Amino acid sequence: MPKNSEIKKIMVIGSGPIVIGQAAEFDYAGTQACQALREEGYQVVLVNPNPATIMTDAKIADAVYMEPLDTESAERIIYRERPDAILGTLGGQIGLNLTVALAKEGILDKYGVKVIGTDMDAIDKASDRERFKELMARLGEPVAPSEEVSTVEQALAAAQDIGYPVVVRPFYTLGGTGGGFAKDPEELRDIAESGLSVSPVHRCLVERSLTGWKEIEYEVMRDQRDNAIVVCAMENVDPVGIHTGDSVVVAPLQTLTDRENQLLRDVSLRIIRALGICGGCNVQLALNPQSFEYCVIEVNPRVSRSSALASKATGYPIARISAKLAVGLNLDEIVNPVTGSTSADFEAAIDYVVTKFPRFPFDKFEDADRRLGTQMKATGETMALGRTLEESLNKAIRSLENKCDSLEDASLANLSIGQLLARMDEKDDRRLWVIAELFRRGYDETAVHERTGIDMFFLDAIENIVRMESELKNNPEDIQLLSKAKRMGFADSQIARLTHHSFDQVRHLERENGIVPAFKMVDTCAGEFTSLTPYFYATACGRNEIEPARGKKVLVIGSGPIRIGQGVEFDFATVHCVSALKELGYTAICINNNPETVSTDFTVADRLYFEPLDLESVLNVIEFEKPLGVVVQFGGQTAINLARALVERGIKILGTDMDGIDDAEDRARFEALMERMGMPRPEGDTAFTPEEAIAIAHRIGYPVIVRPSYVLGGRAMQVVRNDEQLRQYATTAVREITHDSPILIDQYIQGREVEIDAISDGQDVLIPGIMSQVERAGIHSGDSISIYPPLGLSKAVTDRIVEYATAIGRSMRIVGLFNIQFDVSHEGEVYILEVNPRSSRTVPFLSKVTDIPMCEIATRCMMGESLKDQGLTPGLAPVTPGWISVKCPVFSFSKLRSVDTTLSPEMKSTGESFGADETFAKALRKALMGMGVKVPFTGNVLFTVADEDKDEMLPIAQGFYNMGYGIYATPGTADFLRENGINVFYSSKVGDPKNQGYPDCLELLRSSKVTFVINTQPFQDRRASLDGFLIRRVAWENGVFCMTCLDTASALLEVLRDKSFIVRPLGERREA
Amino acid sequence: MKRNLLLEDGSLFVGEAIGSERADVLTEVVFNTAMTGYQEIITDPSYKGQAVAFTNPLIGNYGINARDSESLGIHLDGVIVSSCCPRPSNWRSYIGLSDWLRASGIPGIEGVDTRALALLIRTKGTMRGLIIDGEIDVDSQLARLRAYRYPTDQIARVSTPRVYSIPSDGPRIALLDMGCKLSIIECLTKRGFALTVYPYDTPASTILAAHPEGLFISNGPGDPASIPQVSANIAQLIEAGLPTMGVCMGQQLLALSQGARTYKLKFGHRGANQPVRDLATGRIDITSQNHNFAVDEQSLAGTGLEVTHINLNDGSVEGIRLRGKRAFAVQFHPEAAAGPHDESYLFGRFLDMVCGKEGWENA
Repeated sequence: MPKNSEIKKIMVIGSGPIVIGQAAEFDYAGTQACQALREEGYQVVLVNPNPATIMTDAKIADAVYMEPLDTESAERIIYRERPDAILGTLGGQIGLNLTVALAKEGILDKYGVKVIGTDMDAIDKASDRERFKELMARLGEPVAPSEEVSTVEQALAAAQDIGYPVVVRPFYTLGGTGGGFAKDPEELRDIAESGLSVSPVHRCLVERSLTGWKEIEYEVMRDQRDNAIVVCAMENVDPVGIHTGDSVVVAPLQTLTDRENQLLRDVSLRIIRALGICGGCNVQLALNPQSFEYCVIEVNPRVSRSSALASKATGYPIARISAKLAVGLNLDEIVNPVTGSTSADFEAAIDYVVTKFPRFPFDKFEDADRRLGTQMKATGETMALGRTLEESLNKAIRSLENKCDSLEDASLANLSIGQLLARMDEKDDRRLWVIAELFRRGYDETAVHERTGIDMFFLDAIENIVRMESELKNNPEDIQLLSKAKRMGFADSQIARLTHHSFDQVRHLERENGIVPAFKMVDTCAGEFTSLTPYFYATACGRNEIEPARGKKVLVIGSGPIRIGQGVEFDFATVHCVSALKELGYTAICINNNPETVSTDFTVADRLYFEPLDLESVLNVIEFEKPLGVVVQFGGQTAINLARALVERGIKILGTDMDGIDDAEDRARFEALMERMGMPRPEGDTAFTPEEAIAIAHRIGYPVIVRPSYVLGGRAMQVVRNDEQLRQYATTAVREITHDSPILIDQYIQGREVEIDAISDGQDVLIPGIMSQVERAGIHSGDSISIYPPLGLSKAVTDRIVEYATAIGRSMRIVGLFNIQFDVSHEGEVYILEVNPRSSRTVPFLSKVTDIPMCEIATRCMMGESLKDQGLTPGLAPVTPGWISVKCPVFSFSKLRSVDTTLSPEMKSTGESFGADETFAKALRKALMGMGVKVPFTGNVLFTVADEDKDEMLPIAQGFYNMGYGIYATPGTADFLRENGINVFYSSKVGDPKNQGYPDCLELLRSSKVTFVINTQPFQDRRASLDGFLIRRVAWENGVFCMTCLDTASALLEVLRDKSFIVRPLGERREA
Repeated sequence: MKRNLLLEDGSLFVGEAIGSERADVLTEVVFNTAMTGYQEIITDPSYKGQAVAFTNPLIGNYGINARDSESLGIHLDGVIVSSCCPRPSNWRSYIGLSDWLRASGIPGIEGVDTRALALLIRTKGTMRGLIIDGEIDVDSQLARLRAYRYPTDQIARVSTPRVYSIPSDGPRIALLDMGCKLSIIECLTKRGFALTVYPYDTPASTILAAHPEGLFISNGPGDPASIPQVSANIAQLIEAGLPTMGVCMGQQLLALSQGARTYKLKFGHRGANQPVRDLATGRIDITSQNHNFAVDEQSLAGTGLEVTHINLNDGSVEGIRLRGKRAFAVQFHPEAAAGPHDESYLFGRFLDMVCGKEGWENA
């Protein structure tokens, strides 16, 4: 069918802020979709309140709205734009939900907006548990049978129907506690009893256990003509039981015969046809490893994380093609963009092994429960291509940037076999390392297979790797062995460690013996057709098939997997740098390993190398391509950390040179420079022992901020108030931090934090804007609400900031982007906290709100064009008055049980949402809506505040009280408020036995009596008091917005005041 | 043990031996891009006279089982892989790939960059190749290789030597065995057909004497033009009014029987991802394919044959039928194995056609 010509304008819904389970893959999908639709001549209106993404760049759509994804905002946009159609299947679950809501509320009908792509009914059929079960029953497709029960007898009866073994899942418990497996009625009786007792609603799900079954995914596409294809089939290394997002996944299928593969392929196609999906769809299946028995696990009727992975794994751009199918084109009418000659109606053939490895945030959240299960916990992922499973797996691990280049983990060496087995049974994120360690101790592979359900085929690969480790150790000079190790993807750094060579010696040895990587193309067709795709990977197995690129070449280093502290913002910067280089006539070569992002779309750079971002892989590309220089300032800390090693090997870094990078990154040099320049800094020093730390703290005076040196995103940083806390921190932190890494102790400035991103050409400095933060110093800037233009900065302070920034840019010889964090004390003193000689988290936000293409300007500076040459005026760019933009952090706490939600110097947010309007209050309200915070104008607020914060809390409580909110407080706080004239309801502390009849505060949260919680905790050791922790967690689990910083509460109060009327009888003069 | 793959253009791939203990075999080297189904491919009689290279780098992972073979033995000349799994893992596997090949005396070679090989074949076309052990004198072996002529008797060597029957109460059809895959027999018997399987060169009169209700012409190896007598037999059988279906070689023979021509493709179609368009409905299906030769579309003019299916990638003829007659054939493999089942409905169409059902063309 030709494309729909009745439609002119299409509204595309994005996925909003990045949270665990809904991340950068939707930036990639959305960006592709918008481009595909415009390619077909449609106008595109985009809604997505995520400022960090490429998708919300002004040039991606004809109109970009960074507005909340609720029906009210969407209707306003529809009213203004009058789109003919809406496409909601590219924005994840959020996009689907909004589309469904707009349809249900009649808004689409009212404005005559047609839903394109998969229709609403199909989405509903796939998403609604009951309807899905019905459909599967009609198709005769088995699903894991399950029944809801509320008594032990019902559970026994259900299990009788379903068949043992069964899993018992209690409803609404934290982290699935209280559930478990039962092999027979006897076990079930116990488990059902405990499960029912821990479930607050006294209900459990009894489900057929598929544990140990293979988990297989099919990425399927269908067009309106009913042509349907499987783009990619993928096999999870982890059997059913671990969320596929947290599983190690390989493609193509490795342990399935064709008979098994075709059986499941047929099922997937039957399902996509029965649902009537138009576009991409993900079908997850469980296959019994001992028979042809299978079950349908779930179906996602839209593009997903898996489809992004499948796109990068095969080269087949699922989202791009899905968008074209949505406007009526059929698969055979679309050209396969990879070959450029064949049709999109075909199934990709892979001639390499793909491994996807999840990246977890547990380095940030030490208290988090690391066990993996049905709730996804990974923030990002890496992908690697190789020609053996070992090579692919090792490369994926090397891409994680977990300070780990292999399956070796020294911290496991001290555990006994028993401890290792116990750890393995926990199925946590380190399970493969634990298994490797067990193999190192000679533990039996079959026994590991029986305990984990991981197929012997995959365990063999781990055992091969472990065996090679010991062979290398025993034969450090064996060249044949070296060559074999490289074919298994061993990192040069690991080989160096095992053979007691230096990294450079290993590389030298390899080159002397002709052991060099070959580069191969990803072409969707296993070489059957000529392709011109500039998408490559390196392998030690086989022959090189490409020539170096032509032209003036620049290598841009990407930012790797998404993790807390290094999110999609850095992909944004990478993509912009690449585009700017292309525009300037350079051949832009990008290296990155994140399958979710836009930068690894092979249409972005002139050449894409899908490779680990370790020194070895980057050097390999450099040695092959011989670029004129390397760009490290857009790929976050990942790229910056590579700079020194590259420079040492004579490679040119474009932009700020190594000396400048060191001035900012090396603490001693940074301090010396600041001193020389007369720049005020919080007083601070470096301590190598706890005793030194205490002496320094006494000299500076408490409170102090402590952190390990060289950290990313404020990891392990903390505000400390006394000796005891400091001693505790110093002992645990020093032990925890890697070797020869001291801790840093700084004066804590009580004031506000201000941040700038700036561009220097080495002489002049352009400051596109200053951002102020709502939360006080001591809370990580990434977790603070940012405001542009800044609120409450005097002209003197602004001038000082500009003066400092300009001086720093010049004296560090910055060429390109840099970021400075300031503290402004209550007295108006400006202190410099840190300088980052690179693109930062706020660059996309600032670029968008100031309309200054910062990455492009910085790239031009790097390539030798001065700011003045570019027609830009140095100094602070003028602010357009009357418009305020706000960026709010977005957290994924509901996915990370047992993580404390208190804001601290350590970053915890995974994404950000945006709001802009005429006033700060309106803008913040939008951003809060984008965060998913409901802002009702009546309700109750629960206060549980530390003694030291009570005075500061009072006006906030009064503010809520005057607007008519009910105030609940725990006894201490309540007494204080009552003394100050607030008619407060008492709430008992958590589980207080002498609660005097007051409602329990957790009960208040659970029963939705409370709308907001304001909770601060006394300064103390990191492990929060259990009470506060429970209040915060229970609030979060129940969708109650819990503020842990009084500044956030004040800001919220402003939002509410802006919209609330205050009722007051005549004659009363109560203070508002 | 060191084993070499030498191609007629002088390219040399050095690898390790798998399969048979000794190797010295002159053959034709082709590649297959399917990601699963090596057992089916290796046992497909259509590879007689060829060595097949798998572009998927990991082969042998799930071993070999007792059910998935496509013939009673292995007919191809050699197996070329990047790496052969030494310890297969699958519930049905009873033996590893290398051991299985060794038991059948089939040479294999691993450690070959099969992607590089595929690119070479894509560029230069299917080539003669030599799989040979140990240190070799490349020049003399090349001379030997270049003197090698492809055999023309492959079909004779894989077809059934004698007639046999698979009984059933359904329509009785004659199956002309050019090297028939077992999946075809399975697909036909599943539809209820009673089969009598004939050697490829059985005279038409012998077949007609048994009064079959239909004719099935199977897949098979080699050049269809090398057996003119067979196409002449087929012409007679069709002339006698037998409803006929052909697959792969069967399509090529049907074409030749009606006076059309076949030609050799540069490097053939071998894989499980070939898109084919049904011209009547516009529908696209993904098909399993394995052929070196194709029907020349130009040559169909005036033969009474018309094109029903084309390959979406290169436009080559994927299906034909005889206008006004009950005879059709496809170049791809509706029986799949290895590959997708998208076109298995064609066996139902054949049943309807044999039974004389109205509208069988659309079944």
